[in-house]
Amino acid sequence: MSEVHDSGDIGQSLAYICEKHDREPRRLLQILIDVQESCGFVSSEAITVIAQSLGLPRVQVEGAAGFYSFLPLAPAGRYRVLFSDDVTDRMLGSQELMRHFCNRLWLEPGKVSEDQAASADFTSCTGMCDQGPAGLVNGWPVTRLNRERIDLIADLILDRVPVSHWPPMLFQVDDNIRRTGMLLGEAFEPGSAIRALRARGPGGPEAMMAELKTSRLRGRGGAGYSTADKWAHCRESPGTARYIVCNADEGEPGTFKDRVLLNSYADLVFEGMTVGARLMGCAKGFLYLRGEYRYLREKLERILARRRGEGLLGTGIAGEAGFDFDIEIHLGAGAYICGEESALIESLEGRRGRPRNRPPFPAAHGYLDQPTVVNNVETLAFVSMIALDGGKHFAGTGTGESSGSKILSISGDCARPGIYEYPFGTPVQEILDDCGAEEAYAVQVGGPSGVLVSWKEFGRRISFEDLPTAGAFTIFGRGRDILQAVQNYVHFFAHESCGFCTPCRVGTQLQKKIVEKIAGGHGTASDLEELKHLGHLMRTMSHCGLGHTAPNAVLDMLEKFPGAYEQKLGSLSFEPAFDLDAALETARRITGRDDPWAHLPRQP
Amino acid sequence: MNEARAAAAGVSRKIRIATCSLAGCFGCHTSLLDIDERLIDLLGMVEFDRTPFTDIKHCGPCDIGIVEGGVSNAENARVLGEFRKNCKVLVAIGPCAITGNVPALRNDISLWDCFQEIYLYEAGAEGRQIPNDPELPLPFDKVYPVGEVVKVDYFLNGCPPSPDVIWKFLVDLIQGREPELDRESLRYD
Amino acid sequence: MGASAAAAIAGTITIDGKTVPFAEGQTIMDAALAAGVYIPHLCHNPEFKPHGSCKLCVVSVNGRNMTACTMPASANMVVANDVPELNEDRKALVQMLFVEGNHICPACEASGNCQLQAAGYHLGMQDPHFTHFYPPRRVDASHPDIFLDLNRCILCELCVRASRDIDGKNVFGISGRGMGAHLIVNSESGRLGDTNMAVTDKAAQVCPTGAILIKRKGYTIPIGQRTFDRQTLSQFQLERGKRTGSGHE
Repeated sequence: MSEVHDSGDIGQSLAYICEKHDREPRRLLQILIDVQESCGFVSSEAITVIAQSLGLPRVQVEGAAGFYSFLPLAPAGRYRVLFSDDVTDRMLGSQELMRHFCNRLWLEPGKVSEDQAASADFTSCTGMCDQGPAGLVNGWPVTRLNRERIDLIADLILDRVPVSHWPPMLFQVDDNIRRTGMLLGEAFEPGSAIRALRARGPGGPEAMMAELKTSRLRGRGGAGYSTADKWAHCRESPGTARYIVCNADEGEPGTFKDRVLLNSYADLVFEGMTVGARLMGCAKGFLYLRGEYRYLREKLERILARRRGEGLLGTGIAGEAGFDFDIEIHLGAGAYICGEESALIESLEGRRGRPRNRPPFPAAHGYLDQPTVVNNVETLAFVSMIALDGGKHFAGTGTGESSGSKILSISGDCARPGIYEYPFGTPVQEILDDCGAEEAYAVQVGGPSGVLVSWKEFGRRISFEDLPTAGAFTIFGRGRDILQAVQNYVHFFAHESCGFCTPCRVGTQLQKKIVEKIAGGHGTASDLEELKHLGHLMRTMSHCGLGHTAPNAVLDMLEKFPGAYEQKLGSLSFEPAFDLDAALETARRITGRDDPWAHLPRQP
Repeated sequence: MNEARAAAAGVSRKIRIATCSLAGCFGCHTSLLDIDERLIDLLGMVEFDRTPFTDIKHCGPCDIGIVEGGVSNAENARVLGEFRKNCKVLVAIGPCAITGNVPALRNDISLWDCFQEIYLYEAGAEGRQIPNDPELPLPFDKVYPVGEVVKVDYFLNGCPPSPDVIWKFLVDLIQGREPELDRESLRYD
Repeated sequence: MGASAAAAIAGTITIDGKTVPFAEGQTIMDAALAAGVYIPHLCHNPEFKPHGSCKLCVVSVNGRNMTACTMPASANMVVANDVPELNEDRKALVQMLFVEGNHICPACEASGNCQLQAAGYHLGMQDPHFTHFYPPRRVDASHPDIFLDLNRCILCELCVRASRDIDGKNVFGISGRGMGAHLIVNSESGRLGDTNMAVTDKAAQVCPTGAILIKRKGYTIPIGQRTFDRQTLSQFQLERGKRTGSGHE
């Protein structure tokens, strides 16, 4: 593990980092991540040096650095501790643990300690929901946090023990695969899918495209676009180069199946990319790995190196002259929006992760304006399977609109959280039974951007035609406060909105304000109307899917869980937008007054 | 609301109006006075409850309440609450009431800095201290628009709204019509 | 290219029932402006590459909402534009922009010449509707000729585009994310005075609000004769559209 350097010649280290990346503007984000890892933050001086070295306008470097959560622009301490803020982390007591940690180290959340030793803050879901509460220490995941572990971490920090010397058990991440199916249950021999493609002879790629069509494989990232159609579009689009990108920016809270696929099934994924490269004629592929999964990088690099050694990557793959393809790992740095394919491409090019205007679509104009496909990790793993077993076999499982199986990341109130593979069409109730969720009350299917399913709907099925999901399956047991969960979700969207378009940038913040007002017991009927109004604006006027889905959980709650908020509503038709008495507190403190005139009731 | 307007339209008695200026400059009130000779017509139709023109200290039951200025301190909030309770129709007049406007320029300065500047650092302030007399209204951390504290029925824009705009609006309201806030005369400055 | 009569007509669309021709490569906005059909907009300016952030120009195309300034026109699109539902939503967007920043019209020297304000007039915005954020924003008076007041910035990026694409200077950029997104300038100090911006730059002329002001020019036009005292936003933007064509590149 790399450590934050206290001193040393920063200029020299910056020059080294820029050189290492060939001073390539497209690698700006990777450069910034390296600078952050080596210096602990991205200083204003560093930005100037990088801009000069790469020949970029300074604003572009600063703009990119300022976009990503894991690139602090001010010192964040030698130990930067981030608590995962998924709703399941909260359900497991993360907020109390954060308080305890801050007390131990005399920290104020969001601020660095005076001796510059440490800082603590919350971060969006780190994808460890089946083994939370979780967090990140200088980017490295820590799991199963409890009071003892927090005390241990606090002691290690107080003793200034380098993170690389911390007990490995703190960083242990388990797969927790609980149910396997057609994908997870099969052994896979690296190279077998490529060889199967090769064995089809000169017409192989065409035949494989036909198999894909037969398979009716749809994107596993949630949107469910036909993989065959996307790939055909890319194949047919003119360009000087084509690219295939594996989207491992698994940012949807509650989703962690890509982490497991990359940890234990990486060959399937890389081989799916390689098959795709052969079909579309891509010379280069990228694995866009979310910053939270940075710890997997070395392992994945070793697998790529091994595959190169086996002739499964590089030039003349599997002995086929002219089949040249390689994969590069590109790290994200804490930005949910980069899971959106065009934002991901922007990020790959070293810019702020801002979704592009569409059309044109990436399949025609993507990375470096060339035809590009971006596919989910799981989709690519299934491509390998289809190359091996054929499309018909795949399509034999699932439903009419949703062929094959789906990997779910199950967490929340159940006895056995973890990874479950199910044929599409499986009812929610069956899944709940399998994972030991006896007292389930609600399930958030597909994460905050998905659907909040009530106990009345547990007969509904996981499928594109009913309950589409990228994989998150978050269970709320009886007695859970749905409003609190929704509060967590609206917080998430306000934090992750990229800020480009008006309805999402402002709408997510207004939504957060109103949900907080209701949760604080000061909501009124007009606030509910306002939430619907905001939901309409975000859904219909936003630039991309983030804004379109940001009100989902709120609107589902309003419709399906009146009990979650009705009791909290005041009887009045109107309540002030803010707490009048609290707004006098500063002046009371300054003047030392506490007389009756220095206070106000909630309603004037 | 319609009921209120209907009541306001009742010819059997004069319409009762209250006005006040919270964190404002009285410019809106001045503009109201600038309807000139139409004041005589107005007085034929209405009687004033609490206003800066009368010496009534508290707002009683009224048909129309007109509030100028934003909500800057506890006293503003109390007056506003009293207006809302007593007025069937509440009108926020001018940008201070509607958005906070110029008084809200203090909103990005901390209250502590404001107090220090005024009571401790300003020339001639040496040796003074921050006043703590209960008679002084205690300021909020920010200046808020009227609409964030109570429900507002109508907003009358313009800094100040022109006498013509005010006149037309009031006559509509007094005569029981839905006031027509036409876009041609809409101004935020 | 452009909206000149010489441009070959590639097809027609209808906007609110009116048939509007379009040339190859034109957006819905280009075609509308060329035909004198007004679609409200703030971040769009036909002199620059379309951006699509303010979302005022969202129209309903065959029942689906699309951003007119970035969506290429294609044959037989049936566009709903000047309809009450969309205008209500546009008004809400303007209200969002107002409460997001600190827009104190009576104290702003851009008042009367401000397109945000004029959009409020055009859409009949009587009140801010939403609660205010009153964000602390920076004011930068370091440049000898130009005043930067981020309280009024609506993130339209016209100055970013003008400086990058016309002036070739990259004086402006955007940093931060979400509601923390903000305009930045090209200097380590973060001060405009330390950049190479000149008062003659295009970027100094394009701000639709009062975020970028030229010093010593304020209040020179008396009230009653300012841009939006004399004309409405639709008249102003249609005329500008006609003047510049859709010649963005």
